[in-house]
Amino acid sequence: MTANSVLSIAPYTPDDHSVIGELSAKFGAEAFTVQTTRTGMPVLWVAREQLTNILTFLRNLPRPYVMLYDLHGVDERLRTQRRGLPDADFTVFYHLMSIERNNDVMIKVALSEGDLNLPSITSIWPNANWYEREVWDLYGIHFTGHPHLTRIMMPPTWEGHPLRKDYPARATEFDPFSLTLAKQQHEEEAARFRPEDWGMQRGGAHEDFMFLNLGPNHPSAHGAFRIILQLDGEEIVDCVPEIGYHHRGAEKMAERQSWHSFIPYTDRIDYLGGVMNNLPYVLSVEKLAGIKVPDRVDFIRVMMAEFFRITSHLLFLGTYIQDVGAMTPVFFTFTDRQRAYKVIEAITGFRLHPAWYRIGGVAHDLPRGWDKLVKEFVDWLPKRLDEYEKAALQNSILRGRTIGVAQYNTREALEWGVTGAGLRSTGLDFDLRKARPYSGYEHFDFEVPLANNGDAYDRCMVRVEEMRQSIRIIDQCLRNMPEGPYKADHPLTTPPPKERTLRDIETLITHFLQVSWGPVMPANESFQMIEATKGINSYYLTSDGGTMSYRTRIRTPSFAHLQQIPPVIRGSMVADLIAYLGSIDFVMADVDR
Amino acid sequence: MSWLTPELMDMLIAVLKAVVILLVVVIAGALLSFIERRLLGWWQDRYGPNRVGPFGMFQIVADMLKMFFKEDWTPPFADKFIFTLAPMIAFAAMLLAFAIIPISPNWGVADLNIGILFFFAMAGLSVYAVLFAGWSSNNKFALLGALRASAQTVSYEVFLALALMGVVAQVGSFNMRDIVEYQAQHLWFIIPQFFGFCTFFIAAIAVTHRHPFDQPEAEQELADGYHIEYAGMKWGMFFVGEYIAIVTVSALLVTLFFGGWHGPFGLLPQIPFIWFALKTCFFIMIFILLRASIPRPRYDQVMAFSWKFCLPLTLINLLVTGALVLASAQ
Repeated sequence: MTANSVLSIAPYTPDDHSVIGELSAKFGAEAFTVQTTRTGMPVLWVAREQLTNILTFLRNLPRPYVMLYDLHGVDERLRTQRRGLPDADFTVFYHLMSIERNNDVMIKVALSEGDLNLPSITSIWPNANWYEREVWDLYGIHFTGHPHLTRIMMPPTWEGHPLRKDYPARATEFDPFSLTLAKQQHEEEAARFRPEDWGMQRGGAHEDFMFLNLGPNHPSAHGAFRIILQLDGEEIVDCVPEIGYHHRGAEKMAERQSWHSFIPYTDRIDYLGGVMNNLPYVLSVEKLAGIKVPDRVDFIRVMMAEFFRITSHLLFLGTYIQDVGAMTPVFFTFTDRQRAYKVIEAITGFRLHPAWYRIGGVAHDLPRGWDKLVKEFVDWLPKRLDEYEKAALQNSILRGRTIGVAQYNTREALEWGVTGAGLRSTGLDFDLRKARPYSGYEHFDFEVPLANNGDAYDRCMVRVEEMRQSIRIIDQCLRNMPEGPYKADHPLTTPPPKERTLRDIETLITHFLQVSWGPVMPANESFQMIEATKGINSYYLTSDGGTMSYRTRIRTPSFAHLQQIPPVIRGSMVADLIAYLGSIDFVMADVDR
Repeated sequence: MSWLTPELMDMLIAVLKAVVILLVVVIAGALLSFIERRLLGWWQDRYGPNRVGPFGMFQIVADMLKMFFKEDWTPPFADKFIFTLAPMIAFAAMLLAFAIIPISPNWGVADLNIGILFFFAMAGLSVYAVLFAGWSSNNKFALLGALRASAQTVSYEVFLALALMGVVAQVGSFNMRDIVEYQAQHLWFIIPQFFGFCTFFIAAIAVTHRHPFDQPEAEQELADGYHIEYAGMKWGMFFVGEYIAIVTVSALLVTLFFGGWHGPFGLLPQIPFIWFALKTCFFIMIFILLRASIPRPRYDQVMAFSWKFCLPLTLINLLVTGALVLASAQ
């Protein structure tokens, strides 16, 4: 595949197992244990010894698996329902994505507690770097050959590996926290940056480099994000992004919340995405439960998700323009967001974090007069977008600051796991809403905005156009909103439809159990990815047949996007970095979870 | 009262006038912080400070009280002497430069026959404020800001002076009052010296470190740059110093290119001060409007713009003006 080529993307066929044939032909069928799941992709267990060969083979197949979409672990020690699976204390899974096949495959490796070692695959996909660090940090699994296997989410002084099942989840299970002066100094010393640790030189032949610590509190770092720059004058020789300041352990929390009560936590993953975050989670839970939601639910969900795409993109637009130095537009985009929130508040009752989707439906039906409010917004925004384009985005200083800045091509984007507008601005037409429709997106008529240069300017222009397309989708929801129930008629719908609970004792009991203990999901694994505001966001859920998730893996786009910073920005100026950070459109909550 | 000779009277009146002008300029500079915020609020679809007093006019009092009572903190790692000196220079340099401005036929601090040169000297000195602040703070962001400031000032002061030489050549004097009178008799210099005006205006923004030439502070990049370590009154002096610089430069633009205290077409010669104040306020507003409307170019683009565009333009302007002056003299 050449750079910048627009690939043809095959129609999506879930559960396409053709790759198993290709693998068996090469490695023999006995090399794989096939696991049946509801993830919509083949899940294959392989032996550790063959892992590198198999992954390399998949990477180099005709129509290759170009992207390492996700890599993480599972602590299998407390899992009870794992019939037919290889014995394992820990599992590491590799989720690979092929754009040309429009299909995924998941490779799993079983590890025993006494021997938690795996070969690093950073030489096959460079973006395995941070994922492997995170697995080491949270599970204590060692990756041989990793260039810099240190903690990434937790502070360097942390003890233990928090995602292990024997690691307590509640603060009350620890001794009370105290901070002495000695401990504070110890922590500060541990956070000190030593260039040698990262293989950096302190000086060249004729000059000393300056190491500039940008963040974790810097106006343009967009949150608690630290990036250490190695500067020659104002030119960035190299840099080290450091994350983890916003880590709240959302994946750990998911393991002690009921399936239902975890929904509000998802809102806070990408805190600008609102109900858009609920979507992959509830879709994934619905796959586990086998719920098919009514059309009206799909439409309502799509409409609200698109509203949040717009509010998120408006915030991006304002701050991005501000990052290149124009102070005014951000106030106007915030005024527009206010108008969107007026509609969102009227429909959901909340503004930023409505937590409004439910397993099998939404929290309540659309209120009376919703259509009038939505119509007002649909009429308002396009005019404003035209104004922004004319007043700010066609400004020659802004263009001079962003065109050709922080440029990368499709091949680089894919090898770093870049998704969303960052990928489409390189010319690749890959939008999940079209490529793998979910939640009824196949019913809507809209276009996928593309650009060609893959620079900071294009990333912005793609998002501006996406807002126009979102307006189109909302408009279609407005015109064609189907009648019907706002909850699926299914025993696992949570909370269950109330009407019958007051008539039948059986449904009353179910209702009581579901709102107290929470619903019990059948033991299985499921997966759903969506085109979220910032790229592809997905939830990979493992149920052990309980009221709580056994393992919830949240793959967020911003994590991958930040990892890509050093190769893109090397050789540019400090001001370019600021424009680049603005154009990525990340929030740290989405990176650290 | 025999000691009160007419000479002494004149002297006392001159001193009194100078003190009045000093106070007015400083207060105007301080008030600008309020006016700028209100104007920005107006343009940006929000209110701005409107709580303290009628229309928020006493906001400035509240701000000053806050600033006075803040801890006057000097970082332990700073070079204390230079660290204290820097805000003084920032405050004083452009304030002194105001001395050469003739406000009305009878008002003005100093009537120097090298008027413009004095302004150049003060503008040259003001860069030391940024340089000293950046260096003595012992902070990497401040240092980067200071380096940007030095490079920018060196580049822009080259044609800051050259841009005005057209005016000087036409008038044949450095004296500000001569320049104003010349404009009253001929044309305001905005027309014959249009390119001189453009380049001087650009350079003047650069000298005041105002947006889009606020590279040394560049909040989004350097998180405030050279004055990142300052707090309390020291920071306040940088802050007010910047506004005083705006007042001075706006007054200069009015004096040099827009006929000083004269009204357009000799209208209403009875109110010279009003004309002067109105025109100065207009330019102050332009400074604020610029800040509200455009993005900030990258630092190397600023330098390239200076050397590759402004300097050649200035030189051509000077050559053409010189040729015309010579031609008309013969």
